[in-house]
Amino acid sequence: MESCNCIEPQWPPDDLLMKYQYISDFFIALAYFSIPLELIYFVKKSAVFPYRWVLVQFGAFIVLCGATHLINLWTFTVHSRTVASVMTTAKVLTAAVSCITALMLVHIIPDLLSVKTRELFLKNKAAELDREMGLIRTQEETGRHVRMLTHEIRSTLDRHTILKTTLVELGRTLALEECALWMPTRTGLELQLSYTLRQQNPVGYTVPIHHPVINQVFSSNRAVKISPNCPVARLRPAGKYMPGEVVAVRVPLLHLSNFRINDWPELSTKRYALMVLMLPSDSARQWHVHELELVEVVADQVAVALSHAAILEESMRARDLLMEQNVALDLARREAETAIRARNDFLAVMNHEMRTPMHAIIALSSLLQETELTPEQRLMVETVLKSSNLLATLINDVLDLSRLEDGSLQLDLGTFNLYAVFREVLNLIKPIASVKKLHVSLNLAPDLPEYAVGDEKRLMQTILNIVGNAVKFSKEGSISITAFVAKLDTLRDSKAPDFLPVLSDNHFYLRVQVKDSGSGINPLDIPKLFTKFAQNQSTGTRNSGGSGLGLAICKRFVNLMEGHIWIESEGLGKGCTAILIVKLGMPERVKESKLPYMPKMPTNHEQTAFPGLKVLSRFMPSLQALYAYLHNVVLAIGKVSRMVTKGLLLHLGCDVTMVGSSDECLRLVSHEHKVVFMDICVPGIDSYGITTRIHEKFTKRHERPLLVALTGNTDKVTKENCMRAGMDGLILKPVSLDKMRSVLTDLLEHRVFFEAI
Amino acid sequence: MDVVNQLQRQFIDYSASLHREGFLDDQFTQLQKLQDDNSPDFVVEVASLFFEDCEKLINNMARALEQQQGVDFKQVDASVHQLKGSSSSIGAMRVKDVCIAFRSFCEAQNREGCLRCLQQVTHEYSLLKNKLQTLFRLQQQILAAGGSIPVVE
Repeated sequence: MESCNCIEPQWPPDDLLMKYQYISDFFIALAYFSIPLELIYFVKKSAVFPYRWVLVQFGAFIVLCGATHLINLWTFTVHSRTVASVMTTAKVLTAAVSCITALMLVHIIPDLLSVKTRELFLKNKAAELDREMGLIRTQEETGRHVRMLTHEIRSTLDRHTILKTTLVELGRTLALEECALWMPTRTGLELQLSYTLRQQNPVGYTVPIHHPVINQVFSSNRAVKISPNCPVARLRPAGKYMPGEVVAVRVPLLHLSNFRINDWPELSTKRYALMVLMLPSDSARQWHVHELELVEVVADQVAVALSHAAILEESMRARDLLMEQNVALDLARREAETAIRARNDFLAVMNHEMRTPMHAIIALSSLLQETELTPEQRLMVETVLKSSNLLATLINDVLDLSRLEDGSLQLDLGTFNLYAVFREVLNLIKPIASVKKLHVSLNLAPDLPEYAVGDEKRLMQTILNIVGNAVKFSKEGSISITAFVAKLDTLRDSKAPDFLPVLSDNHFYLRVQVKDSGSGINPLDIPKLFTKFAQNQSTGTRNSGGSGLGLAICKRFVNLMEGHIWIESEGLGKGCTAILIVKLGMPERVKESKLPYMPKMPTNHEQTAFPGLKVLSRFMPSLQALYAYLHNVVLAIGKVSRMVTKGLLLHLGCDVTMVGSSDECLRLVSHEHKVVFMDICVPGIDSYGITTRIHEKFTKRHERPLLVALTGNTDKVTKENCMRAGMDGLILKPVSLDKMRSVLTDLLEHRVFFEAI
Repeated sequence: MDVVNQLQRQFIDYSASLHREGFLDDQFTQLQKLQDDNSPDFVVEVASLFFEDCEKLINNMARALEQQQGVDFKQVDASVHQLKGSSSSIGAMRVKDVCIAFRSFCEAQNREGCLRCLQQVTHEYSLLKNKLQTLFRLQQQILAAGGSIPVVE
């Protein structure tokens, strides 16, 4: 191999350049070797890197490049063939790898770029999601605010608190500058500023309600943006800044009357309040949809809360009123009760205390009447008797009336002779009528039953009262009394619109008409007749001296008997007719012998024992003075009970004869004795046998003493046996003083006493 | 006067206790009401009659029940009935109650029961007798001291 002369050996004059090239090559090689190391290091660190193969290639490429440059270092000097071949190999490999890499990169770089775009896309998406997240969070927070606000509003029932809280919370939630509530005035023509957020005491501006903007807000249930120049929105003093956006929403004021069942409230009749919300003036904020929705929801909630508060106020007021009324009513009731109690006490006292002396007076006067008297004395005694009778009647009437009005009076029902009642009335009225030369006629219809069931005493009292009035107020002419059974057509009289008779088999309606030819009554005065104490003052002839109670009592008795009473008159001087309809029962058994009751007003004068009875018994049910005339027989074997009964009767003032056996009893009993008390549960006394024999002995009913059984047996069989045997009464032992007293009273009045078992 | 007041108070207390313990009932009060100026010893008389009656009836009953050959329950029943009547007339509540039980035993013809009741009746009767005698003694003491018998409602 010839050494080439063109190659300068060792370092030629440009060995500086060579030196620099040498150094550069060295550093290049270094760099080329370190880059793959770095790559490997970082790739190993990262978890994901899809292109390892490319990296390997790239690494190889770089390594080879580095190697090439490194080997280049040796070629600066004279180098052997080996170095040259190594260099060549390295270059060839490098070339190969780099070509392959270049080819590979053509495929790979677009992929890498798309990764980048995807990354960008994802980043954008993430940013968007973040934004939306922020929005949702805001909304959720707003929702929370609304819930809290609603909770606050609904947790109180005080109207002011509700509204204040609403404004405060809204202001806070939405960061408002001003929030105000306009309420309609009472007239409904104006809106008045009632509450604001910032101002403590709004001065009460009013705005007429018929403003187009306001109407627009009221007509929709959405929150409406309104102009800040609108009168309702001028809440802040005008400043230099641009006012923020204003929104108004209607708040329905609901009333209970607005709601109907199964119906939605009528919107047209509702009143609304106006809520105005203003955003801060110098911010660029705008009303967002979700904020408007919040405002609407709040407005609805406020409406409901307000209506609840209103309802509650109403009911509290009603309850207070009721309580007051209750207290007042209670007081009134207690006062009334006290008054009634006082009156009853008074009546009770009067009942007893006033009757006792009356009895004494009347009894003794009648007795006096029976004695030898000079004509003047007789006249005086008669006057005394008449006056005291009147007084006694008056007392009874007043007492009866009070009891009638109390509702405590009950009729004494019994079977009685209807004809006898009328006859008695006639007998009683005849003397007075004949004195006044009035002719009295009695006309009883043939279909009128002889016996009826009812309160004989009171019926008699009523008829007597009416007939008495007729006689009293007639100076001349005639009185006619007609009685018949009322048929249905006569019952339905136009004069008695309230009277609704009911016909039944057991009852009949007795109609009595008393017609007189007296002074008559002014038709205008007729309604007053039956009111108590209402004296007819207009005519001087009505100077009756009556208490004015008679007709009132009659009316009440008649009402008790489910009847009706009224007076017809054509005018003054034309007489008048009194018509009376009462309901009486049909007696079950009309046979005379079965009737335990006798007419109370004995039409015979055979009760010789006490001549005053006729007068007395009409007026006085309790006859204490009468016991003195009672001669009783007590038949009992038990010594103790005999003694006790005797003691009782003696204490009451009766005369007592004690007998110890049935024979003795039969022997001693006579018409002088009024009552025979028999202890029937004593063996050895055949009380039923005695009863029969006494019945046989005294055939005339009025002569026979009353037979009363004393027993300790409380079963109905005993009672029925007694009744069947013909006894007049039954008393349960032990007998107290009061019981004996009432027994005697009842015996005298009704001639019968069967104690209720 | 003090003595009288004391005696009267004693009388009232004793009376009330008799009522409370059931020895006497309302009927006795009724009897006391019957006592007045016409019959000042009414209650004492009735009580003595009652004691006589009681003893007689109790003896009757004892004799009837002692019969070894067949007790005549009808007779016993009649006596008990009479005793019941008397005791209720005077207001001897406890005696009367025993009589009621006695009668049911008679109806059932239960000799043992009857004997037991008879014992009870005797016991109650003697108790009552003692109590009433004490009461009457108190009454006499009050009257002797110049006071009046207080009315016990």
